[in-house]
Order: sequence, then C-alpha cells, then structure tokens
Amino acid sequence: MKLLAVETSTEACSAALLIDGAVAERFEVSPQKHTRLILPMIDALMAEAGLMPQQLDALAFSRGPGSFTGVRIATGIIQGIAFGADLPVVPVSTLAAIAQDFFDHHDDNVCFTAMDARMGEIFWGVYRRDQHGHAELLGREAVTPAEQVEYPPLQGVGAGSGWGVYRDQLMTRLAGLVDRCEPGLLPRAGAIARLGARGFEQGLAVDVEQAMPVYLRDKVAKKESER
Amino acid sequence: MYVLGIETSCDETGVAIYHAEHGLCTDLLYSQIEMHSEYGGVVPELASRDHIRKLVPLIKQALQESGLTRKDINGIAYTAGPGLMGALLVGAATARSLAWSWRIPAIAVHHMEGHLLAPMLEEKPPAFPFVALLISGGHTLLVQVEGIGHYRLLGESLDDAAGEAFDKTAKMLGLGYPGGPKLSKLAERGRPVLHFPRPMTDRPGLDFSFSGLKTYTMNAFNASSQTDQAKADIAMAFQSAVADTLSIKCKRALQQTGLKRLVVAGGVSANKHIRASLTEMTARENAEIYFPRPAFCTDNGAMIAYAGCQRLMAGQQQALEIFARPRWPISELSGL
Repeated sequence: MKLLAVETSTEACSAALLIDGAVAERFEVSPQKHTRLILPMIDALMAEAGLMPQQLDALAFSRGPGSFTGVRIATGIIQGIAFGADLPVVPVSTLAAIAQDFFDHHDDNVCFTAMDARMGEIFWGVYRRDQHGHAELLGREAVTPAEQVEYPPLQGVGAGSGWGVYRDQLMTRLAGLVDRCEPGLLPRAGAIARLGARGFEQGLAVDVEQAMPVYLRDKVAKKESER
Repeated sequence: MYVLGIETSCDETGVAIYHAEHGLCTDLLYSQIEMHSEYGGVVPELASRDHIRKLVPLIKQALQESGLTRKDINGIAYTAGPGLMGALLVGAATARSLAWSWRIPAIAVHHMEGHLLAPMLEEKPPAFPFVALLISGGHTLLVQVEGIGHYRLLGESLDDAAGEAFDKTAKMLGLGYPGGPKLSKLAERGRPVLHFPRPMTDRPGLDFSFSGLKTYTMNAFNASSQTDQAKADIAMAFQSAVADTLSIKCKRALQQTGLKRLVVAGGVSANKHIRASLTEMTARENAEIYFPRPAFCTDNGAMIAYAGCQRLMAGQQQALEIFARPRWPISELSGL
C-alpha cells in the first residue's frame, strides 16, 4: 500500500508518504508559507522513495475543518494529483488527525478535540481509540461555542488549539471528565496518512470529483433577502 | 504545443486548451453570477468554494470535448493574479500540482495580460505596438503595449473601476446585481435631457476616477421624480459620461504615444454604447480599433491559455510553488 497525504489546514504544513505501514513525513510550522513549502515537500518524499505519482495506490488529505483557505490548498493539490495520476482519494477529518496523533503518543483512549474556529466558536469532535489503534468519531463533528459542545460521559484528554483559547469554558462544560489538555497539538500529514490507509481498506476512497472540503461553518454571508 | 489554461481569479471558472499553431481547441466557462446575485455582489469565500467544486470537472470536460488525452498537453497556464486570493489559490494549487503529476511545465499568468492579449485569439489580431484600454468590474487601465510582457502603465482608476461604477449605479437604481448590463439596457430608453460631468477630463493625465460620478448620479437620482423614465434618463446620462470619459482618455493616450492602434478588452468592453463611442473616436483619429469577441471580453480560460502558451514557448516556467498574487502591477511583468 502506497499512499501520499497532505495537510495544510492550520499554521502547520506537512506531507507524508506511507509505504506498507511505514510513514515518512515532512512537517513545518510555517504560517503564510504553505504555498511555497508544500509541493517541494511532496516532491522530496516521492523522489526519496523513487516513486512516480502513478505508482501510488491512493491519496489522502486533510478535508477540514480548519482554515478555509488552508483546507482548499490541500484539496486543490490532491485534486490536481488525483486527476493527473488517476488515483482514488480518502478525505480525512482534521480533528481525527489531531486525535490520531494524540493516541499514537499516549495511552489515553478518548480525545476531546477542539480547534479554534474564530468568531467565538470551535471546531469540535470527540474521538475514541478503536481496537486497531485508530481514531474513531463518537457522535458528530460540529462548529459550536465552547460552552455548548456535545459530549459523551467518558473520561478523556483535550487536544487542539481550541483548548488554548477556551480552556476554562471547556473544562467547566466537561466538568470532571478532562484533567489535562494539549492545546499545542497540530494536525500532521503522518496521521492523515495512517487514517487514509485505514479508510482506503474500509472502502472509503472517493473519485476526484467527490474529494471536497468539509468546512462545518456553512453560513458565510447573508443573502440580500436575509438582511 | 498544447496548453491547458485555467482561470479562477473572481467569479467565473474558465478552462481552455490552446494550441500554438492550430489555435483554440476548447473553451469552457462556468459562471457563478447567479449565486452571487442573491448576495448583491461577489462573496469571496463562496467564490472559492464554488471554484473547487467546478474546476476539475471542467478540466475533464475540456479534454473530452477537444478529443485530446492527458499525454497531449504540454503545459499548464493558470491565473496567478490580480484577483481574489482564495479564488486564485484554488486554480494555482490545482494547476500546479496537476502539472507536477504530469511532469510538464506550469506558468503563472497575469490576469490583465490575459485580457489585453485576448484580441490575439481573433482572426485579425492587432500588431504590436498598441494602446490597450482594460475595463472590467475590478480594473480600469490604459497600457502601452510594445510586445508581450512589455507594458507601460499610462493611467488607471484612482478609485472605482468602470464596471464597479456601473454595478453600483445600477444597484442604486434598483436594477439588482450585477446590474451593469441592465443599466445599459435601461439607458436605451433614456432621453438626452441630463448632462453629467466627465471626471478628470479637464486636466492633463490619463488617470480615471469614477467615484465622484457615482455620487453625482446618486444625487441626481435623489433629486429626480424616480419614475421609470427618470431612471432611464439618469442611466443614459451616466453611461454617456463614462463612455465620453473613456473616449477622451483613449484619444489622449493615442496622441501622447503616437500610436494608431487601440485594443479594448475586459467585461465593460461588451457595452455597445462604449464600443460605439470608442469606434467613432478612433475613426476620427485615423486609428484602428480592436475588440475581442464578447465571450473573451469577460473572464475566460482561453486568454490565459494563450498568454501562457506565449511565455512557455519562450522558455519561461513557474518553480514548484503555488504562486498567487492578489495585487500584481502589470508593469512588473518580464518581457519575452
């Protein structure tokens, strides 16, 4: 299984190449530099593995939520390569990638994932470690004020930038379920690659036309009739 | 050489394939105008969201309709600016990575260079050098064109673009968005009873300003009876003022440069009254005038494919980066 993954939905920018379970990754925290860094990252990973795009089995990308523009950069890149090399695509949640990275480095089994969504809201998703060690969504992802997040009554850990901005509100809301958090955890392409490979095995790959961003915030402007 | 051209700088997704010798093979356009009209103007985030839905399907369709395969394409040209950042990035990311996966060169094209070279796609293209007037919803420029990439900015709008003034005035008259074409339609029923000022024509220079004219029009409207006839009269006076102003400045540009050819491009160049006024002026000046066909006045992929093809043939190409530049002075382009 050979899969290329791209992640550009936050201030971090990364690409990863998964070959039979082993992941090579390029990762850099580089606000405003994604457009210059990401393609050379991909090119270097492919060159080191001696692969042409047509030799891949699938692609995966961070489909959001996250910065709208950032998510579209990853989507555009993946659409271009998928169309160019005729490859299937596995869209992967950015929140799932954060949770996956957390599970890969800790023993906890539940991750309350929150990304700062600006405008007083967070992107929110609760993930559990499944029997294969993969992040599995409980309930649904949402864009919501921190004070109103929905959650299952499980003990877990907080992760993601939302915990930096709304730590107190989330701790209050989740009263007693969370005792620590990692607000600095950013989504990485390595985790996108692992979840992408899993999704591919589960038949979740789609054609290039269906490889679309998930913004969660769908109302971005008011129609004249609504003003 | 076959070049795939991709345009996503504003509210139209354009894809075309141009061949260096055989000319245009395919030209496809998806316009978002209907979606934005509900919002009374272009919503940048919605424009980006729509581009990413439409672009790859259009590329696929362009290949199918031209009867070409992926292996036939020798280069990819995409609009890198000026325009809306988010919208430009969709085209840039997709185009650049597609070129990478096909192992062919990519070239970042300046949107306004695309517009001013659009008449080159016609049967009788203008010869260099010429003066170009670019008039659209986002730009009003007068440029001296010595050759591809050799552009000298002669003048530009200091505030609203000509098309913007049309749309805003139309909105004020209750014509909806985008109202420019509706305003010209209404002007046909107007009577020549009002005279509006011709901004910045009483002093030397080739810059434009349409913001004051817009305000003058608003005051005239507020002071009028606001009947259908009054609106038509105002629309006519406004349109005549814009057309006259453009003619006066273009005449001045031709005289100042000593050139005898005028190229008019951009969405507003589809306006019949403005075309007629500029055509009369060039006839009086013994100059030739060139317009692209209406489909190439507005944004399109064909002009991007053409401009990109010229640069690719000259050996230029873009590094492996997603290059987008929302503000990009045309005078900064390199010559061929």
